[in-house]
Amino acid sequence: MGLGIDFRNTIARRAAEEIRNGMVVNLGIGIPSLVPNHLPKNMLVMFHAENGITGMGPSPEKGMEDENLCNAGGFPVTLNQGGSYCDSAISFGMIRRGRVDITILGSLQVSQQGDLANWIVPGKKVPGMGGAMELAQKARKVIVLMNHCDKAGNPKIVTSCTLPLTSKACVDIIITELAVFKVTPKGLVLTELFPPYDIQQVADKTECEFTVSDVIRKISY
Amino acid sequence: MENPFGKITSLEKVMEAFDNGMTLMFGGFGGVGSPPALIDGILEKGIRNLTLIGNDTGFPHIGIGKLVSQERAIKVIASHIGSNPIAGKLMHEGKLEVEFSPQGILAERIRAGGVGLPAILSDIGMDNELVAKNKPHFLLGGKDYLIETALTADVSIVYAKKADPYGNLIYDKSARNTNPLVAMAGDITIAEVEEIVPLGSLNPDEIITPGVFVDHIIPSKGVNWKWAWE
Repeated sequence: MGLGIDFRNTIARRAAEEIRNGMVVNLGIGIPSLVPNHLPKNMLVMFHAENGITGMGPSPEKGMEDENLCNAGGFPVTLNQGGSYCDSAISFGMIRRGRVDITILGSLQVSQQGDLANWIVPGKKVPGMGGAMELAQKARKVIVLMNHCDKAGNPKIVTSCTLPLTSKACVDIIITELAVFKVTPKGLVLTELFPPYDIQQVADKTECEFTVSDVIRKISY
Repeated sequence: MENPFGKITSLEKVMEAFDNGMTLMFGGFGGVGSPPALIDGILEKGIRNLTLIGNDTGFPHIGIGKLVSQERAIKVIASHIGSNPIAGKLMHEGKLEVEFSPQGILAERIRAGGVGLPAILSDIGMDNELVAKNKPHFLLGGKDYLIETALTADVSIVYAKKADPYGNLIYDKSARNTNPLVAMAGDITIAEVEEIVPLGSLNPDEIITPGVFVDHIIPSKGVNWKWAWE
């Protein structure tokens, strides 16, 4: 959505830093799907798909697709060693029971309290929530990867979401092409910047107030 | 193949189970694991005014999406309709009622229906007007929950990899998805299967859906649509 592949990969690479060996991780569509490309080769991560896969591997080579082995977005994937299949009830049981360590997803808006609005644009786009509500509410850590502003240039990090909420106060980290925010009980804290952007530029494109961490990491990959 | 339980039948015969205005539950996720011959059979029989219950509305030419696109449904209970723009269009035109249910809660509502429970308690989507609207609350241990009603259907249709003549089913990889849940929730459950194997040839430890839940079995010719990724 308007971002070059390099920006998308930069955001994905930063998100990959949150993942530790042995974690169960659920990835949304879009930028989150790029995250596995940025993990260390020897790291063991169990990627979870809502449609009933734990231990999902990368896309198969062309011609090797299995129509009955697809991710939640409907695209062919593979299964890593130790992976398993289950039905939808068990798949969401894993989420609600707190067994999914991280969910990385996109969003339309995030508020300064960490409210997530990523499922509906009233009157325009009403695709349904799919599994986003459970993931947002019950995954142990919720990381949002998104453009800092929408196509019209409006900030997506806002004082209060104007779009219908997926879930209240659920987001832990926001990563955009400009900066990284941590969501705390006292609001947003800017912790990292992607140069050349500076704090003022981030403030100009962010609707809500935020505090600035004592130490700001300037990310250059 | 011996047919000691009389469950193995043909598409033509099993179509007697379908009527206008019925509630139809279907297995599948984005069309993966949806039964192609049964869906085509329903289309060809001209069945209309269906209430459909399942994970999503597929794609316009994939899975249950075929029925939605041809305006055979008046209501859908699903978690997602985004991959089928025709469903969204019909909803906005007022031709299709859509009840959205969070994906895992939808699965549990179907499961509850399938295992004879009237409802479940859920704390998913309580902040959301669309999810919480008109649903009774229940206070348990000082916490507030929504009462989410169980779902059953006149007929459930599922797609499996193998069945034996009793209707014991195993599924193929991620095509399992909602199928084992849907299989339990139909007053009549019809399984379309890629292969029918003799009684005793499935490993009992590996059977996912016990044949107790399956009323009819028909052979499949496999998927006859082109996937979005092809």
